Amino acid sequence: MSVEVKPHGGIGESIKRKEDGRFLVGRGNYLDDVSLPGMLHMAILRSPHAHARIRSIDSAAASAVPGVVAVVTGELMAQHNLAWMPTLSGDTQAVLATDKVRFQGQEVAAVVAESKYAAEDAVGLIQVDYEVLPAITSPQQASEPDAVVIRDEKEGQKDNHIYHWEAGDKAATDAAFARAHRVVTLTTHYPRSHPAPLETCGIVADVNPATGKATLYMTSQAPHAIRTVFALVAGLPEHQIRVIAPDIGGGFGNKVPVYPGYVVATAASLLLGRPVKWVEDRNENLISTGFARDFHMTGELALDSEGRMLALRVHLDSDNGAFFADAQPSKFKAGLFHIVTGSYDTPAAHVTADGFYTNKAPGGVAYRCSFRVTEASYLIERLVTNAAIEMGMDQAEMRLKNFIPASAFPYRSATGWDYDSGDYASAMNLALEKVAYSELRREQAERRARGELMGIGLASFTEVVGAGHGKDFDILGLRMFDSAELRVHPTGKAVLKLGVKTQGQGHETTFAQIVAEELGIPAADVEVQHGDTDHTPYGLGTYASRSTPVAGAATAVVARKLRDKARALAAHLLEASEDDLEWERGRFFVRGSPDRAKTIQDCAFAAYTNLPDGMEAGLEGVSYYDPPNMTFPFGTYAVVVDVDKGTGVVKVRKVVAVDDCGVRINPMIVEGQIHGGLTEGFGIAFTELITFDSDGNCIGSNFMDYLLPTSWETPRFECFETVTPSPHHPLGAKGVGESATVGSPAAYVNAVMDALAPYGITNIDMPVTSDKVWAALRSKGVTE
Amino acid sequence: MQVSVRINGQQQAADVEPRLLLVDFIRDQLRLTGTHVGCDTSSCGACTVLLDGEPVKSCTMLAVQADGRELTTVEGLAKGAELDPVQVGFHEEHGLQCGFCTPGMMLVGKALLERNPDPTEDEIRWAISGNICRCTGYVNIVKSIRHAARLQAERATAEAPVAAAVSGGES
Repeated sequence: MSVEVKPHGGIGESIKRKEDGRFLVGRGNYLDDVSLPGMLHMAILRSPHAHARIRSIDSAAASAVPGVVAVVTGELMAQHNLAWMPTLSGDTQAVLATDKVRFQGQEVAAVVAESKYAAEDAVGLIQVDYEVLPAITSPQQASEPDAVVIRDEKEGQKDNHIYHWEAGDKAATDAAFARAHRVVTLTTHYPRSHPAPLETCGIVADVNPATGKATLYMTSQAPHAIRTVFALVAGLPEHQIRVIAPDIGGGFGNKVPVYPGYVVATAASLLLGRPVKWVEDRNENLISTGFARDFHMTGELALDSEGRMLALRVHLDSDNGAFFADAQPSKFKAGLFHIVTGSYDTPAAHVTADGFYTNKAPGGVAYRCSFRVTEASYLIERLVTNAAIEMGMDQAEMRLKNFIPASAFPYRSATGWDYDSGDYASAMNLALEKVAYSELRREQAERRARGELMGIGLASFTEVVGAGHGKDFDILGLRMFDSAELRVHPTGKAVLKLGVKTQGQGHETTFAQIVAEELGIPAADVEVQHGDTDHTPYGLGTYASRSTPVAGAATAVVARKLRDKARALAAHLLEASEDDLEWERGRFFVRGSPDRAKTIQDCAFAAYTNLPDGMEAGLEGVSYYDPPNMTFPFGTYAVVVDVDKGTGVVKVRKVVAVDDCGVRINPMIVEGQIHGGLTEGFGIAFTELITFDSDGNCIGSNFMDYLLPTSWETPRFECFETVTPSPHHPLGAKGVGESATVGSPAAYVNAVMDALAPYGITNIDMPVTSDKVWAALRSKGVTE
Repeated sequence: MQVSVRINGQQQAADVEPRLLLVDFIRDQLRLTGTHVGCDTSSCGACTVLLDGEPVKSCTMLAVQADGRELTTVEGLAKGAELDPVQVGFHEEHGLQCGFCTPGMMLVGKALLERNPDPTEDEIRWAISGNICRCTGYVNIVKSIRHAARLQAERATAEAPVAAAVSGGES
């Protein structure tokens, strides 16, 4: 006879996800599933031009469409002081255009109607008279002396330059370059891509005319921060705003910012006294909401004669679109890009960055990455591989020679980061073993002798995640702590409320497991609530791999607080001294008498029924956790490709991923995150591209042009781990949601570069499509 | 125009605009919101439903084109409290993360197993190649459908002796 033993669900157990049930039967509750009585529908008219002056807007025909309740223009928004809004980077962004449109897809007007079909019908009837202006589509064009000024409405803005930013030590870097044996240079464009979650962005705004309270259902990765932004924009007190992020169909950074549609729908609900729903379509999502990357980078690596790195020098020009709306900590204009020395002990480094306005969509969100760490990781990993090829060294040997040694942690980098822990050589050696590196090199030599192209690519990335310590990390002044509130009911069942918000990462399981480990209540008995600002403690949200490092730590801390109180309760129940009690997961017992014990459930019941004199009733608490440092996950990815000389087609044969994200709370969920990141990295490396023609028309504006990897071309993945705990995180965990998107693009591209190395081809900008590979080979005289 | 469909075993009729998309009919009029909209261009498959047992993308079909036909959505997969093998498979193999593509993926998996009860990995990958998942990287979706195939076979075996006994009694 078999007895079913329910898993406890502590740390390290791959329990099945608690949240699956509702999704499996079609009872998830996504934004577009929210339907309120009397709800109206909104559609947005967008600019067909990248840059144009608005001469006039005629909405008479649109207003006459049956079912149309209102047409909202920038002029109307301006009457309420809402034509412009602040961005997350301290700039301003047009909500509805009043003077000019500055990118194709910019919001010009909105129609609110009884049905979405009527709203869409009417949008098509709004007549806008435009005077078309020249479009600027790159930082190079933007910085030309006679370039038209895109942000001419900004006082004092005489050109298209946004910021200049530096990190590191210029003098030390220049000195190191002066004595270098060799300098390896790579100039590359990390192209514009888009997070493209399968669910687009949207809102149901419900401003109650009787109470004035605004209930905003939004696809938001950061509901508390968004509520504060709304309070600032609308001048409403925060207790009159309730942001509810229901189930979210993927975010990947796209659902961090505030978009104009949210503001217009909220204003419309306020003015009309009825709920208003706006859900963007895919085209709107791709052309107007938070894009990613678009960094033009030049990196120079100074090496000694042995191949040791002496210094790294980087300049980048950032294409920020028409409004500087990057979602990132306010102190760092180019995000955390200055982690660019990566996994390597580089004595000196200097980074300069300039940001530019262009006639492209604003956003600059981190597509599954921690504030530009992806661009940094890509640049250094490509440079290291190119340096190995140029110096005739093996790629792996080059890395081993330059890794920050395990004995050197904690390690202060040349740009000022304090790496918490790492063992880069062990992770790489495991990857080399699993991919059978030596055999592959032998096979490659044989194939090359036969004229065949095969490549092995490595990337040994280091991330910087878990923002962050509040003294250095804030968004609009909000310090980047996070929170957890834990309440244990008399029967020993618990509710955990979080300031972060899942978009599929599995918070409802992972965070229950932290409570299961620290407080001993089985994960099945811990309900995790999140996403509703009226019912959760303040937090900055889920992005930049910060949930486990920050809110996970807050959860562990609050669970330990409750355990301390439970110890006092157990001592009371057992008539023993607290000092004589031992804890093992789920119960306290008297030292030396393991049968004299009280379970955590006994203690919870006593907290409401049988308290020692002077103790407050209840078993609950809250923790706001400000981490002492960032965490630094790392790993090595190895990719094997075959390249067809005749067509340029790249076939990814094998992908081996070794990740070290510290302690894994639910290994199944961790591996799922890595699979997803390796796939998005594959898409960025080979297929995904948002680009523009010379008139600023967006190409890549639907899923027929913006190519996401399907099951057919996505490679198979083999995942392995090493475990180097974070010394400062209460659980030793580092965060993992983005490692693979950060690390893998360089591994994929390095594999192609390794295949093409015999021809002296040193760079192909992503996406590495077959036509680019074919053209590169032809340029080197390969004709077969 | 009048449209009448049998959806998840129930007859439903409505007077609709001729231009009404099938997905809007299912979501907004029948209030079955498990079917999702991801792209509007039939590229992503989040809106996949079964039409007479075959997967179709309901964002690029009119409601009136489904008149007189049989539809299955994610809400129709389970038999009461008993989950379909494909639903069990997705749970056991961690085949879903955000869950937005999951209804479409499961319905394609269900249709595949109907015509091919023991598909290879390549056959599964080909079958789901019209459905995009942004979270999982497909590895666990493939495992989920393989899991469902095994479970479906086990359930068939478990039921088989009963069926044999019944048919034996008739002969």
